[in-house]
Amino acid sequence: MTTNISKDLLMLMLERMWRIRHFELKLTEMYNAGEVGGVHLYIGQEAVAVGACAALKDSDYIAGNHRSHGHPIAKGANLKKAMAEIFGRIDGYCKGKGGSMHLADFSVGILGESGIVASSVPVATGAALASKLEGKDFVSAVFFGDGASNQGACHESMNLASVWDLPVLFICENNQYAVTTSYKDTVAVEHISDRAQAYNMPGILVDGQDAIAMYEATAQAVERARNGEGPTLIEALTYRFEDHSLGLEKIRKSEYREESEIDEWRLRDPLDLLTKSIVDSGTATPAECDAVSANAHAEVEEAAEFARNSPFPDESELYKDMFASDMPVV
Amino acid sequence: MTEKMFMQALGMGIAEEMRIDPKVFLMGEDVRASVYGAASGLHDEFGDERILNTPLSENGFFGAAVGAAAVGMRPIVETLTSFMWVGMDQLVSQAAKMRYMFGGQATLPVVYRAVMYYGGGSAAHHSDRSYPVFMNIGGLKIVTPGTPADAKGLMKTAIRDNDPVIMFEDGTLLGTRGEVPDDPDFTVPFGVANILREGTDVTVVAIAGSVPRALAAAEEMAKEGVSVEVIDPRTLVPLDKETILNSVGKTGRLVVADPAAKVCSAASEIMSIVGEEAFWDLQAPMQKVASKQVHIPFSPSLEKLVYPTSDGIIESIKKTLG
Ligand SMILES: Cc1ncc(C[n+]2csc(CCOP(=O)(O)OP(=O)(O)O)c2C)c(N)n1
Ligand SMILES: [Mg+2]
Repeated sequence: MTTNISKDLLMLMLERMWRIRHFELKLTEMYNAGEVGGVHLYIGQEAVAVGACAALKDSDYIAGNHRSHGHPIAKGANLKKAMAEIFGRIDGYCKGKGGSMHLADFSVGILGESGIVASSVPVATGAALASKLEGKDFVSAVFFGDGASNQGACHESMNLASVWDLPVLFICENNQYAVTTSYKDTVAVEHISDRAQAYNMPGILVDGQDAIAMYEATAQAVERARNGEGPTLIEALTYRFEDHSLGLEKIRKSEYREESEIDEWRLRDPLDLLTKSIVDSGTATPAECDAVSANAHAEVEEAAEFARNSPFPDESELYKDMFASDMPVV
Repeated sequence: MTEKMFMQALGMGIAEEMRIDPKVFLMGEDVRASVYGAASGLHDEFGDERILNTPLSENGFFGAAVGAAAVGMRPIVETLTSFMWVGMDQLVSQAAKMRYMFGGQATLPVVYRAVMYYGGGSAAHHSDRSYPVFMNIGGLKIVTPGTPADAKGLMKTAIRDNDPVIMFEDGTLLGTRGEVPDDPDFTVPFGVANILREGTDVTVVAIAGSVPRALAAAEEMAKEGVSVEVIDPRTLVPLDKETILNSVGKTGRLVVADPAAKVCSAASEIMSIVGEEAFWDLQAPMQKVASKQVHIPFSPSLEKLVYPTSDGIIESIKKTLG
């Protein structure tokens, strides 16, 4: 894809995509070594969150789901705190109380990932409501899967956002499956983006392997939202290269999807595609791109070391944070 | 002080807080027309911007309140207890858990106003007394005002509080009258029980709609020379254990009157605390006067058998006296 996006932004996207990729390759390695538990890998989908977040400002909000590392890293989360959280340590984002599926960093607008499928969709809609009520110019974006798109929470939120013209982006990551079930067996329309019509908002179908396409679609939706024109539904067609989650040994990928299908999608690795665009357009050299990857790799190694060395939360943390005020829990 | 109806007192509390704090807004189904009464006059005063009629999407707008609160607003959500089931995921997975799960990053000043109708022939789908369910979940403050003054004072505290609060507005009390302070600085703190009547022989802890019934029972018992202390905990989370334990220390006898269904009721929890912490103070087995463990039947001949009554409370008081 040819583009007039700045070199800085392209290199930032490449950096964030490599951070996610190396972060999760490291998690896989540490899972195999018995250092961390099972987590949901985002590998293969990096262009979706990174392309989308590149179109957002720090003051904008995002919320996500159980496939939970890509969104925060794309929005600028700190790798050390993210890794320490997955290790259940006190220096983690949530002091070890959230774990992999509940990364959050309110200071950079990450309102949190969610273990309950579609549960963060109304929350992101509410952040957009606050923006509108207060006449602020921030927007919110929520990432959810093809499976989540069948939840009432999604439908209720899209309708609510549309009748109230809220500045929210509904970003559906259609990675083709919910665990082992193809969306073709559970979604009544051809494209999830078609559902936008029912809520009287634009529905955009995007190549989710292409970070630049994601950026451009999101930028358009953000502009609409900031102008007070309301929400947009973006369906990003993508694919998870790995199993539903590490640790679910029972779910063999070949039982519900063909190896050939996986191989075909792997030919469209989002990192290869973005690197190629950058190199082909003369924006940066292959060596510069390799350096971005090497840097991200080093950051991830450092994060893993940081996480390993961080202490576990002690007993004094157990009841803390149940309430804002100090009060006995029972 | 002015005499007000419970329902008006709730509305006064909301209006006063909305005047003070522009971040407070109210949303719910048909709130502009105030079909449930307490929001009467608010739309005229505060307009479309701050009084929002929602679609019938409890999960959607319960969750939107969480999101708005997470970024600094102070939403009030109006609903009925019986419609809360539809929005349970947002109440439990988000409102209740978000702060803890994110290590204290989220501050969620949301008030869910749950109008609690029962006793009027509304049958099983519109008669829930569900506060014990939410006590069990944790992370939510649970408020059950028993008098008009508390309705106003606790509403104001709920709106100022930085945690998610559920105000259970007992339908059997909405028409009751009482003196309500006009002072906009008047509030009622959470976690402080109200000793409505002092006594020395038996302690009756009464929750929500049981409050007037317990007071009537105490009045009757006084005629028989029995001195009953009546305590309204006012908030179930946080619970003022001290006041209850001190009273039991004095009387040695406990009756708990609770309109919720008997199994795992608020009464169950209070009795369990007294059993664990004040067993040796007790001179007789504790008595629970809660609703029968059935769904609410439509027919008045059956429905009237379900809830705690003054007579039921009197009977239990007598049991503790042997
Ligand atoms: C409400 C709810 N139902 C079921 C689950 C179990 N579950 C976890 S992930 C998942 C599949 C979600 O599919 P999708 O939304 O497409 O996201 P993906 O995993 O493909 O990224 C399921 C069924 C859950 N966490 N929450
Ligand atoms: Mg999926």
